Amino acid sequence: MNHFDPNPKISDEVRKSTCYMCACRCGIDVHMKDGKVRHIEGNRDHPVNRGVLCAKGSSGIMQHLSPARLRAPMKRTGPRGSGEFKEISWDEALTLATEWLAPIREKHPEKLAFFTGRDQSQSFTGWWTQQYGTPNYAAHGGFCSVNMAAAGIYTMGGSFWEFGTPDWEHTKLLMIFGVAEDHDSNPIKMGLGQLKGRGAKVIGVNPVRTGYNAIADEWVSITPGTDGLYILSLVHVLMASGKIDLDYLLRYTNAAHLVDRDPKSPNYGLFMRDEEGRELIFDRETHRAVPWDTPDAKPSLHGAVNIGPTHAVPVFQLMAGEYLDAKYAPEAVAETCGVSAESIRKTAAELAQVAFEQTVTLDRPWTDFRGIKHDKMVGRPVSFHAMRGISAHSNGFQTCRSLHLLQIILGSVETPGGFRFKPPYPRPVEGHPKPHFKVTPGLPLDGPHLGYPRGPEDLGVNEDGTAKRIDKAFTWENPMSAHGMMHMVIANAVAGDPYEIDTLFLYMANMAWNSSMNTAQVMDMLTAKRDDGEYKIPHIIYSDAYSSETVAFADLILPDTTYLERHDCISILDRPIGEPDLMADAIRWPVVEPDRNVRGFQSVLIDLGVRLGLPGMVDAEGDAVYKDYADYIVNHQRRAGVGPLAGFRGLDGDSDGRGEPNPDQIDAYIKNGGFWGAHVPEEASYFKPWNEGYQNWAVERGLCDKPAPYLFQLYVEPMAKFQNAAEGRGDHQPPDNVREQLKQAMSPIPIWYPPFEDDLVDNGDYPLHAVTQRPAAMYHSWGTQNAWLRQIHGENPLYIPGEIWDSQGFEDGDWAHVISAHGKITVPAARMDALNPNTVWTWNAIGKRGGAWALDPDAPEAKRGFLLNHLISELLPPKGDGLRWSNSDPVTGQAAWYDLRVRVERAGPQKRTAPDISDQKSPVGYGPDVLRQGEEWLK
Amino acid sequence: MTSLPQSTEKSLGLVIDLDTCVGCHACVTACKEWNTNGYGAPLSDQDPYGADPVGTFLNRVHSYEYVPEDGSAPGVVHFPKSCLHCADAPCVTVCPTGASLKREEDGIVLVNEDDCIGCGLCAWACPYGARELDASAGVMKKCTLCVDRIYNVNLPEEDRQPACVRTCPAGARHFGDLSDPESDVSKLVTARGGFDLMPEQETRPVNKYLPPRTREETDILAPLLDPVPEAQGGFLGWLDRTLSKI
Repeated sequence: MNHFDPNPKISDEVRKSTCYMCACRCGIDVHMKDGKVRHIEGNRDHPVNRGVLCAKGSSGIMQHLSPARLRAPMKRTGPRGSGEFKEISWDEALTLATEWLAPIREKHPEKLAFFTGRDQSQSFTGWWTQQYGTPNYAAHGGFCSVNMAAAGIYTMGGSFWEFGTPDWEHTKLLMIFGVAEDHDSNPIKMGLGQLKGRGAKVIGVNPVRTGYNAIADEWVSITPGTDGLYILSLVHVLMASGKIDLDYLLRYTNAAHLVDRDPKSPNYGLFMRDEEGRELIFDRETHRAVPWDTPDAKPSLHGAVNIGPTHAVPVFQLMAGEYLDAKYAPEAVAETCGVSAESIRKTAAELAQVAFEQTVTLDRPWTDFRGIKHDKMVGRPVSFHAMRGISAHSNGFQTCRSLHLLQIILGSVETPGGFRFKPPYPRPVEGHPKPHFKVTPGLPLDGPHLGYPRGPEDLGVNEDGTAKRIDKAFTWENPMSAHGMMHMVIANAVAGDPYEIDTLFLYMANMAWNSSMNTAQVMDMLTAKRDDGEYKIPHIIYSDAYSSETVAFADLILPDTTYLERHDCISILDRPIGEPDLMADAIRWPVVEPDRNVRGFQSVLIDLGVRLGLPGMVDAEGDAVYKDYADYIVNHQRRAGVGPLAGFRGLDGDSDGRGEPNPDQIDAYIKNGGFWGAHVPEEASYFKPWNEGYQNWAVERGLCDKPAPYLFQLYVEPMAKFQNAAEGRGDHQPPDNVREQLKQAMSPIPIWYPPFEDDLVDNGDYPLHAVTQRPAAMYHSWGTQNAWLRQIHGENPLYIPGEIWDSQGFEDGDWAHVISAHGKITVPAARMDALNPNTVWTWNAIGKRGGAWALDPDAPEAKRGFLLNHLISELLPPKGDGLRWSNSDPVTGQAAWYDLRVRVERAGPQKRTAPDISDQKSPVGYGPDVLRQGEEWLK
Repeated sequence: MTSLPQSTEKSLGLVIDLDTCVGCHACVTACKEWNTNGYGAPLSDQDPYGADPVGTFLNRVHSYEYVPEDGSAPGVVHFPKSCLHCADAPCVTVCPTGASLKREEDGIVLVNEDDCIGCGLCAWACPYGARELDASAGVMKKCTLCVDRIYNVNLPEEDRQPACVRTCPAGARHFGDLSDPESDVSKLVTARGGFDLMPEQETRPVNKYLPPRTREETDILAPLLDPVPEAQGGFLGWLDRTLSKI
């Protein structure tokens, strides 16, 4: 009968490491057989994924064995973009890099622009670049989701993303805004499954109904770019009916802070303060202005107060004045948002009912920062999650702030059933650095590149008004660009504005393809030459593990390893993997050694740092301080006793958070399953920003050096400072042409304005919104070379709403011309009804350049896959003022790729998408004709 | 022709929750990864990096759009599909060599690859399209319910379940004995109104699907959000009254 073994022994050994196909960073069990990787599954003990794994993680073996893997360092031999290279030795590669980088460091360190993409070692790459001395460093956050991060940090000391999470265990109503596959991918799926299992309700707000929105109990098919208006309408209804948590606002926010409202005052818009600098409130019993933390004060929330020569009002009065305005009434916003007034009122009612009638009470005594003891933790079980859909707009920062406002007036943040921070968050602006720009030839930069400006004095602008950074981050146009503005680097460098650079150094950033707006022209920029025949960007160094599109445009390739062949740390100093009840970090380690002449990029950077003699990387004799990245992970200390990994510190390996370097630390992580975690005590588990127990615990673990309780900033004073400058007050003055933009965009309480592109193009010519979503099976995954995943997503149609499909006479098999103010593409089309009627969409980053990723140039990704990026410019259409404005959020500089407006025209059947970018040569050849994975283990 | 057992001691199978499946395809690749290394021939891929990549999968997720006739919101259902291990499995009875079989002990439908001649009749007979002929090995491949996992003494007990169930991030897949009314899966089917796929085919599938939950929508909530009446001083009156109680 049947010949098979029901008890196969599938592996000789299980090696536990961390996945790396997205920013989720799940724990993986790598089953080894005969010294090879046989099988990868989720680690059941791991705090992020508890054993589960997504489609990418379960296809990891194909990622690891991909034919697109680079094999050795390479030097370009053909013209840029051609893909013609010769392999060279590591010594030759690093000698060449040193020859390029050493001279510019001695004279003009800013002529190195170092930008990383989905880098999971930013605390290291940032430090390296700081030691080099250039101000030009960032990862791809400015392209990705900085609005979300910055709005959260400025408002409440943390955001969605990996900063926090819905309280999956206790929440009864979850609203998700603009979430397709996104941070955190598996925890969101696990959480949604948990909510479904116990009957909690999920409302999805998204123009497209796929994935999570497909299983949402209710779907709000919002028009792109109007989420902020919709949210503020919910705020309007809740406020007007008195369904807000005043007690929470008084205890934990600056709702009662007095704001100077005297237009003649130099401090107009700023908080009133006493001589010691303490913000003031008005005590409605004693009728005196007193410091905000005065014990037993009864703060007033409305009414003007005269203090000395000026008059002031509480923040809450400004909020009431704004949000009770009829412009936010459901009937007033319904048409713009594409959501009925009835639906808005119903959702507001549900939020109020769950928040105020279904409170969650945990029997956990705790003490707040005022020393007041509470015998229970009482929570409002409404929670929210949001990501790029609301973030990647020119009104994204204010929209993200609006959502935090909604969470806060409901009293739900950091309460049981609401939204919870994950250590090291919460961390307010005061816990983050300011940006630094001071360049001294031959020496390090004067501090971290990226940070959170507190006011105009922190901008990176020279006396003559020019930008200090190549990407023009932290300028008046985008003052709070906390993650930099990667999408502007290439265009600015080629234009020599604000200056020319010598070397563009990129890591894991596919900027010649899907990680740029305006892809075809970016390729032209990378190949643009000066009159003397030299490239306008003279040197491009790129590190990637795979033969991506950007490889073809680099002069020098430093090949990276796959995720199973490398050391990494998922560090508390960076973007850790914590859970609300667990401070955690993790490692990757080489479960197999590379079989090619490749090296982990971070170890290569250390080698390069030694060759350049960078401080911190060489000792007084010029010898290497760290042998490689693993050595750095163990021995580097950012502050005394605080290093890249928080676990198993101290010579005995028994210290948590703080402690001497432990030479056996990596082994301890490996023995512990590849991660480490310290549990947050029960009495510290909620109300973290104000919880004495949590604050003290955080200090003990090295998350901060002293307790730092803080209030949520409904009113963000640094924004008022920029608004003030725009009004002409203060020493730091913006150019006249940005004053109007600043006055509007820097509103210190959340507002809504239409996306910029709506105002700048004829909405009759471009009646539709166009957006992309990441598919779950390819999200963040560099996954096209994955033989299994590309069978799931190998091509992508443009989905067109049913009414438009019918009215324009589209038929099955038709293609569409898609036209924006910037460009035109021709792509496959498909009908969809579960879609906002004025929106078209497609899957993101499926389309590939022919010859990239070791794929056949006739691969479906090249013929029938496409990028929407071609339609989006990094610059806005001309406004008629003679200037070209960045297509970015005016607060943070976040690329506004979801602002795109288009029209579609029926194109009939076609053979290949347009624009048809020429093929690149594959420096690694092509893959096999047949795969029989596992054949070698057939009995 | 091959005969089916009169009855089976157990009816092992899957219960798939369509109200929870987000269509992420995790089960698809976890299945492929486990089974290409395991039972029988590898699950091969033809032209895997080329113009027309086609491989063998034992489990696929299809997505269907629906537009309700009552005018309520259209939506998308993600529908994972693999062998349903039918009690009256036409793929077994049609097999000319006895390679296609249903096990008496647990009801799992398997292909004995040694006896499979790759004629493809079973795939034609299966109304669900749940079998795929591997182009490289020339034998019929199908879901084995991870028969080399579920009893495997070399695996920890908690891992003795199909790879697709173990990996499903949303917890939309459940495994158990559907002939036992007291099993968790049977209780789930009863509680949620689990249904057979295409019952008119009279294949009596073991696997069950759970339909989207219906929610009772009431408007008792509506009065909650009336604006504060002007007679009570409107919003400011409410504010003062509420503050005085804090």
